[in-house]
Amino acid sequence: MNGAGTKAIEIKEFSHYFAAAQTLKRITLDVLKNEILGIIGPAGSGKSTFLCALNRLNDLIRGSRVEGSVRIDDQDIYGPEVNVVELRRKLGMVFATPVPLPRTIFENIVFGARLAGRTAREEMSKLVRDSLEKVGLWEEVKDRLDSSALQLSGGQQQRLCIARILALKADFILLDEPTSGLDPISTMKIEESLRLLKRDYTIILVTNNVKQSARVADRTAFFLGGELIEIGPTDRIFTAPADRRTDDYLRGRFG
Amino acid sequence: MRLNPRLEQTVAQAVLWVFTFATVAVLLFIIVFILSRGLPVLSLDFLTRSPVDMGKGGGIFSTIVGTLALTLLAILVATPLGVGTAIYLTEYTWGGPVTRVIRFGAECLAGIPSIIFGLFGFILFVTKLKFGWSILSGGLTLAFMLLPTIIRTSEEAIKSVPPSYRQVSFSLGSTKWQTVTRVVLPSAMPGIITGIILSVGRCIGETAATIFTAGSALRLPTSIFSSSRTMAVHFYILAREGISMPNAYGTAAILVLSILAINLLTYALMNRYIRKYK
Repeated sequence: MNGAGTKAIEIKEFSHYFAAAQTLKRITLDVLKNEILGIIGPAGSGKSTFLCALNRLNDLIRGSRVEGSVRIDDQDIYGPEVNVVELRRKLGMVFATPVPLPRTIFENIVFGARLAGRTAREEMSKLVRDSLEKVGLWEEVKDRLDSSALQLSGGQQQRLCIARILALKADFILLDEPTSGLDPISTMKIEESLRLLKRDYTIILVTNNVKQSARVADRTAFFLGGELIEIGPTDRIFTAPADRRTDDYLRGRFG
Repeated sequence: MRLNPRLEQTVAQAVLWVFTFATVAVLLFIIVFILSRGLPVLSLDFLTRSPVDMGKGGGIFSTIVGTLALTLLAILVATPLGVGTAIYLTEYTWGGPVTRVIRFGAECLAGIPSIIFGLFGFILFVTKLKFGWSILSGGLTLAFMLLPTIIRTSEEAIKSVPPSYRQVSFSLGSTKWQTVTRVVLPSAMPGIITGIILSVGRCIGETAATIFTAGSALRLPTSIFSSSRTMAVHFYILAREGISMPNAYGTAAILVLSILAINLLTYALMNRYIRKYK
């Protein structure tokens, strides 16, 4: 199970454009198996675009174009033979605002599995329980699985969204500022879940909160203006950044 | 000269209240007026017997059947066409010139008086395609008349589904079609249904478009090729030809009551639907 140190995603010279604007500039980095990679940087630095490039969610926006390569499991995900639907199932994504679908808690969790054609009632019940337990939500909602997911609190909704990804049987969890709208307690619970989930998943965490990256990420990458300024073990980035701009950002000189 | 803010507020409130009251009063007056004249005529016989002697005697059963058949056919044809068009325009195009032309066309269609639709239906369905005066001709004509409304209301309903739902759906590995059918349409359903109810109301009340296409036969229709008179047309003929004012008001009362009932029923259903998912 633990293949730490091996490459899970290999990104080489990757650039991304929205129409004429270049949003990512020749990014080269590897994501390691079972790590939490934190991505920090000021607003507009390309963090979210980078994340959405990995599951090709950027494709939904008109004028989106890429150069370079992103390899997952030895396959270029922008290659012609790639099944985008399968790819997205492999890289589950959590958004900045929790977005439960207007359905019951149960239906939210099994949504992805049902899309994939898995519907057996027993399997689904087990899936719901397992997924909710992994994010510590089972005890809180087990008696109201059939009530609407929209009635949950913000923090619960965000954990539901993570559970929804676990139910996909994804290999990766991409989180786009998942705690930006949450209170400190909910944030703490989500960070705890991430630490546990690291054993089975490779996690990429985009965050506006530098301290969050310091708390949970194994390695941290600093993005600025669509460029990767530096990447390294979180301890090193926070204590001895190699680049002046990283240091300035971490000290709050801009951002 | 400026009023002081408090007086201004009081005046504004009073004026708006009067406007609102006037609107409600007119509505109530119409309903009370029609029901007060129509209700005394109503009986089980009136509802279950077909008209006798051009409508001077008997009931209005055949016109109720005719109205229901026309409305049903129109809705069955217009809903898939309209909702399908709305889905295409909102979900499958980037809003280029073609989309705009289609949308503009639909909007123009909405402004065309129903009698023009009646004439068009008469020429195309009744004479050209040789459907004759029939429920088929009438239903298809009504369907075309409803299309703009259904497209427009469905489009608005679909557009109001938060983009984040689509994003989430795609990110969970759904295809475009799955996103449309499992996420977008269920969320847009209340809005779409509202459009359909409005359309049902228009069908039931329509005269100009149906008199040209479905005709005004008083026999009980036996197939979609039968000519049939709707309640609204029946009312129009009874009143205009001075055949029987009491029966005209009786018909009007049924028209008003059925539209009320349809609205109440659908809103009740919709409330249940919304409550389940909110």
